[in-house]
Amino acid sequence: MDKLFDIDLTLRLLSLPFVTTALIVAAVLGLLAGVLGPLIVSRNMAFSVHGTSELALTGGAAALLLGWDVGNGALAGAIVAALVLGLLSRRSADYDSVIGVVLAFGLGLGVLMLWLYKGRAANKFGLLTGQIVGQDFASVALLSGCAVVVLGLLAALYRPLLFAGVDPEVARARGVPTTALALVFAVMVGAATALGVRTVGSLLVLALMVTPAAAACRITASPLKATLLAVLFAEVAAVGGIVLSLAPGAPVSAFVTALSFLIYLVCWAISRTRRGSLTRA
Amino acid sequence: MSRADIRPAPTAVSTEPWESTVEHAAVALAGARLAYGDRVLWDGLDLDVAPGEFVAVLGPNGSGKTSLMRVLLGLQKLSAGTIRVAGAAPGKGNRAIGYIPQQRAIDPTVAVRGRDLVGLGYDGHRWGLGLAGMRARRQRVDAVLAAVGATGFADRPVGLLSGGEQQRLRVAQALVGEPRVLLCDEPLLSLDLAHQRAVSTLIDRHRRETGSAVLFVTHEINPVLPLVDRVVYLVDGRFRVGTPEQVMTSETLSELYRTDVSVVRVRGQIHVVGAHGQLGDLCENGAHHPPHQDTVDH
Repeated sequence: MDKLFDIDLTLRLLSLPFVTTALIVAAVLGLLAGVLGPLIVSRNMAFSVHGTSELALTGGAAALLLGWDVGNGALAGAIVAALVLGLLSRRSADYDSVIGVVLAFGLGLGVLMLWLYKGRAANKFGLLTGQIVGQDFASVALLSGCAVVVLGLLAALYRPLLFAGVDPEVARARGVPTTALALVFAVMVGAATALGVRTVGSLLVLALMVTPAAAACRITASPLKATLLAVLFAEVAAVGGIVLSLAPGAPVSAFVTALSFLIYLVCWAISRTRRGSLTRA
Repeated sequence: MSRADIRPAPTAVSTEPWESTVEHAAVALAGARLAYGDRVLWDGLDLDVAPGEFVAVLGPNGSGKTSLMRVLLGLQKLSAGTIRVAGAAPGKGNRAIGYIPQQRAIDPTVAVRGRDLVGLGYDGHRWGLGLAGMRARRQRVDAVLAAVGATGFADRPVGLLSGGEQQRLRVAQALVGEPRVLLCDEPLLSLDLAHQRAVSTLIDRHRRETGSAVLFVTHEINPVLPLVDRVVYLVDGRFRVGTPEQVMTSETLSELYRTDVSVVRVRGQIHVVGAHGQLGDLCENGAHHPPHQDTVDH
């Protein structure tokens, strides 16, 4: 544990190219997670994100077994999962249980495929807990490409997405295509989730997609402020998590989740002390 | 499902001042029929609503009031007949329509402020981020918030507001787009008396100032009785259209309900009294004669 705060070692590692690449990946991921997060939270989609990330793992495992690119496999798995979950009405009473059913089966399939895979064990473990260090140029390009597409879509669809999320009944009455939007948003979240799976791992993707936004929504009710704060929190968790993990050489995800959880606790405490005054704006 | 016998005679309402031609009508239904399979909710419904007219849509549960609202919003297709709302077919998202849903508590975890909810009514249906129109949007939202008396709580999270405060915001959200037709689906449900009066007064003031037509679905007519120009009363596929004086009579409602119904007027209010248990849904929901209404006069 004495290596945990070895600043010299950290600085030396930061100058390495593969660490720089990892930081870029984390920054892009933090941005994506931060802008999508408040919409995910306002739609109560946390469990659906979790389900999507588990099925990204299944896709990644299938790709590993078949000798395809793991990143593309995870992306394909997450988008298929997002489409399936997006087609279900999130208002329906059995929505959560259906996610649970699909998630459990997909995860079981993933475990089977990982068992069948006879390659390096580190590749298997990487899908669960992420391997942000060691991203190659192709995966950075994939991530950046996806980020640009998702951000562009988000800019185009932001107002109807927010409307459909917080006020679906009136949104429908005003002609907002809520069903189609739910599907598009699910795919956007699926893509971002799959990219998160590559870096922080499928088990911990919630730490970036949901926790920063949930923390932000604790201390502000303004959608703009919530988005800015969520981006800030996600960046602190993702980039800060990597930097902290360098010296001890510990798994990135442990630090990412710890940071985002800490941020959430602070925001929760702030909202508790404010309760009663009712001025969360 | 015979209803021809109780359809109002053509002369019943034709002399009223709001009778207008179809081209100018805010809402025009002709020969409208809505059926789910064998079940006919209503058929042969003709209704022209003039700009500035306040029409209450009454009837027991399951009589097709909310379905009528869905048809007007373009969320449900007519089985037969024609419909025009604000001069257009009720395609998805006619911007000339404002909609106020039932008062229903907004999830306390929803992280938006009152002004965001109203802002979404202004341009939430538009694509893009809307950065160019921010100033005009803010001015319009501020003006409407002030008009409904919601300025004081507009920056609080919606989920933490009371039902009455939320419903004021709903009215602002519907009015912010300056609609020519205002569709209200039980907007007073579960509001206390003061807020019922506040919300209905806001709606009334809007239609008087802008000439917007109002279709107001409600279980009980009394809170809006002084505002109502005409009533559409739906019961089991039968209906009547006319002024409250024409429709809210013992004779007409007995015909509609096909049972003995007495309409009693007390201190400017209308109370519908049926033989014990026969009005089923009507009494269950306290329609027309909730206890707390008894001491009010408008």
